[in-house]
Amino acid sequence: MLKRLGKSAVIWLPYAWLAVFFLAPFLLVAKLSLSAPAIAMPPYIPAFDFADGIAGWWNDIQKFSIENFVFLTTDSLYWKSYLSSLQIALISTFLTLLIGYPLAYAMARAPRNWRPLLLMLVILPFWTSFLIRVYAWIGILKKEGLLNQFLLWLGIISEPLTIMNTDWAVYIGIVYSYLPFMILPLYANLEKQSPDLLEAAADLGATRVRAFWQVTWPLSMSGVVAGCLLVFIPAVGEFVIPSLLGGSDTLMIGRVLYDEFFSNRDWPVSSAVAIILLLILLIPIMLFQRSEARAREAGT
Amino acid sequence: MKRGLTPFNITALVFGFSFLYVPILLLIIYSFNESRLVTVWAGFSTKWYAEALSNEALMGAAWVTARVAFISACVATVLGTCAALALVRFTRFRGRFLFSGMIYAPLVMPEVITGLSLLLLFVAVGMDRGITTVILAHITFSMCFVAVVVQSRLLSIDPSMEEAAQDLGATPARAFFSVTLPIIAPAVAAGWMLAFTLSLDDLVIAQFNSGPGATTLPMKIFSQVRLGVTPEINAVCTLLVGVVTAGVIIASLTMKRQEVKRQRDLATSAA
Repeated sequence: MLKRLGKSAVIWLPYAWLAVFFLAPFLLVAKLSLSAPAIAMPPYIPAFDFADGIAGWWNDIQKFSIENFVFLTTDSLYWKSYLSSLQIALISTFLTLLIGYPLAYAMARAPRNWRPLLLMLVILPFWTSFLIRVYAWIGILKKEGLLNQFLLWLGIISEPLTIMNTDWAVYIGIVYSYLPFMILPLYANLEKQSPDLLEAAADLGATRVRAFWQVTWPLSMSGVVAGCLLVFIPAVGEFVIPSLLGGSDTLMIGRVLYDEFFSNRDWPVSSAVAIILLLILLIPIMLFQRSEARAREAGT
Repeated sequence: MKRGLTPFNITALVFGFSFLYVPILLLIIYSFNESRLVTVWAGFSTKWYAEALSNEALMGAAWVTARVAFISACVATVLGTCAALALVRFTRFRGRFLFSGMIYAPLVMPEVITGLSLLLLFVAVGMDRGITTVILAHITFSMCFVAVVVQSRLLSIDPSMEEAAQDLGATPARAFFSVTLPIIAPAVAAGWMLAFTLSLDDLVIAQFNSGPGATTLPMKIFSQVRLGVTPEINAVCTLLVGVVTAGVIIASLTMKRQEVKRQRDLATSAA
């Protein structure tokens, strides 16, 4: 009896919490995306009221309109922002992999007693504020910033580069902020790979480069996928990085949603923006969950 | 077969870690800059720290953030640990698929969506936005991180120990508190730390769910940063980095010591 009670508390406490604070809010977003805006507080006409009973609900459902979604397709700002977010996220994910893989590889090959320290060094920036890490780049990238001062001093460039407030600054910001997310799954994977495999490949006459591409790389695929998804998904909806480092022409949907909500105060349209973003991310999110679940099950 | 420190590996380590650390080091160095122009060095000074510490709005925001982070981390740790137990120990229950989905999805969910959706919930139930709503919001996403951290630890321990305790007559609750909890304690502590720093760090979700009188430190920093880089903000950021770094180092050292002690206890009891 007591055992049953304990079990149900352990399951239902977090379950109920997530149902109320994670699942229910999404239904509200979906509902609001089908409602009409209004100049009031809250600024929308409710399209659905739980107090109305079944008959009232049916009445409400008939009032749903897809007007907000139609609006999103008519204004090119929105689909351009979606496309440009996906593009920025893809490029940044690729760059993060390009920088993260060699680092994770070198960490996994480092002497065994170095590894805990190296791992700690990767995790430590992750504990430091995201906002601070993005902020740190402003002083480096701006026109009279430290990078330009350094390059001018070296004589590599004669004119200061314009990086701040361009897409490049956003790429740098995303790569920098999300690098630990890429390194950790890659390192976990690479560290487990047996060195015997590479020795076998070498014995069979493979060069080191060939052994890497035919043995190490394919075996690390699950780490690559997990790392890329961990970077790509949040990067698509990123708000802080484009608004601090990006220019006014850096279109990203997280920023559009934020402005729509706080500046235009159009809650129904921002909900519709969120729903579409969620639908776009649905497949990557499900892939991520599958890879997570698989990794957990393999761990047992 | 060459392994270990090849020139390629050394280069990768040096470049990778420089990339990770140089920006933060520069931020810290320039917080001691005399000049108001952040990127022009004009001599060493701690005056920006004095200025930041006497800035009441900034310190008020820091106090709000500390309270939010502490409360939300404690609740999130309890809920997250329960969730981890549910996922690991009870492989079959109704709605488990949805449950694990709700645990993993917030880890990658864009913050603007989480923030907006929670705000709509608070508006729908007629809750005034303020410090409570920020705490509730922070609990929700950080409990999932706690769950994942504790879950990986739970998976690595042998369930037969808890079963043995129950065979010896302990109630499941007693078996959990005197056998399992001490073993997973480092992971629970790490989960608490993670929840605390996630809350300390969050800007977007707080922005959506906070109200008058509940401005958190990241919100304050963000609104000032939009106006430009100032040495005062550098000083605040350095203090924050210092506090978190010290916390992480102390926590990991304590955990390591406890782990060593536990191993020793196990060894002596086996002998």
